[in-house]
Amino acid sequence: MTAVTHVLPYLVAVWIFLIGCYGLATSRNLIHAVGCLSVCQAATYVLLLAVGYRDGATAPVFSDVEPGSRPVVDPVVQALALTDVVVGATVTALLLALVVQVAKRHGTVDPDELSELRG
Amino acid sequence: MNRRIRLWLVAVAGTALAALLVAACLDLPDFGGDRHPYGDRAVDASLARHTANTVASVNFDQRAFDTLGELTVLFAAVVGCVVLLRQTRDEHRARPEPEPVARPVRRYALAVLPVALLTGLYVIAHGQLSPGGGFQGGVVAATALHLLYLGADYRALERVRPLGLYEAGDAVAVSAYLVTGLAGLIGATAFLANTLLPYGTFNTLSSGGTVPLLNAAVGMEVACAVVVLLARFLDQAVEIEDPTGKGSGTP
Repeated sequence: MTAVTHVLPYLVAVWIFLIGCYGLATSRNLIHAVGCLSVCQAATYVLLLAVGYRDGATAPVFSDVEPGSRPVVDPVVQALALTDVVVGATVTALLLALVVQVAKRHGTVDPDELSELRG
Repeated sequence: MNRRIRLWLVAVAGTALAALLVAACLDLPDFGGDRHPYGDRAVDASLARHTANTVASVNFDQRAFDTLGELTVLFAAVVGCVVLLRQTRDEHRARPEPEPVARPVRRYALAVLPVALLTGLYVIAHGQLSPGGGFQGGVVAATALHLLYLGADYRALERVRPLGLYEAGDAVAVSAYLVTGLAGLIGATAFLANTLLPYGTFNTLSSGGTVPLLNAAVGMEVACAVVVLLARFLDQAVEIEDPTGKGSGTP
């Protein structure tokens, strides 16, 4: 039982990543594809926070916790997750802007209908 | 490549990738383990510099240079969206008509707006003390402004949102971050080194050296960036009209 719980959060991250990849590969709509990319990225949040977790620990914020009185989770991966969220949000915004332009120029958001290049 | 072949390829490659990832997971340190050497050192460094929120210390002190890169990514994405979502020559701009708003929605949105705005500013100002900081508070403050779009209408939002000001504010905030870094280079030891200002009393607003300053710069940048981004997307949805009809363009 403990062997399973010790890897389960990592496996959840793998599963989220793969399900996002499946959605990307089979997507019929570019907006849906951008959403799938966000799902892939969500896997990295789960992975980072799972790597940093410590049993029985609290948040690494000492405004109401006496330093040294309790174990805290790893703050480095939490900062990385924050960076990850910000970059993910900006990439999503940029991709959605591209989708708006694709829809205007080509009149479709189905990636299969965009295969030929048009000027 | 047709759909069936592509699905087969995804299935084969996905299975192989899944096997590799699961094998990698089995070799990772156990979940919830007690060995976090970098985390422990980050906590020690943060306490030595009187910053109660270790995550803020990591972002704006120990990894301040990386955060500058992150800000540059955000700034570049905003510039990219502004360029991509501009009004093209064959489009024209229609003034949005005021729409009726349900009274409870209007009342609630207008009541929550100042509270949300204040919460955003609070989260930015207390970034070095409690969970939150420039990134989170900036998003809350920018979102608060858009309650005006829900509660009143688009023109009311445009009146409190002179877009040029926010675009300039975005650039000024990135510059403020850079200038704080350069001040570290001139007045102290290195670029973005947190040795310039006194560390202050632990767990007070002025603690943490340059962390509150960098937090404020990031908060301003994120708030301006979110306002500009949402404005561009809302312009596309509300104001800009394609003269030839929905979704068509010149092939």
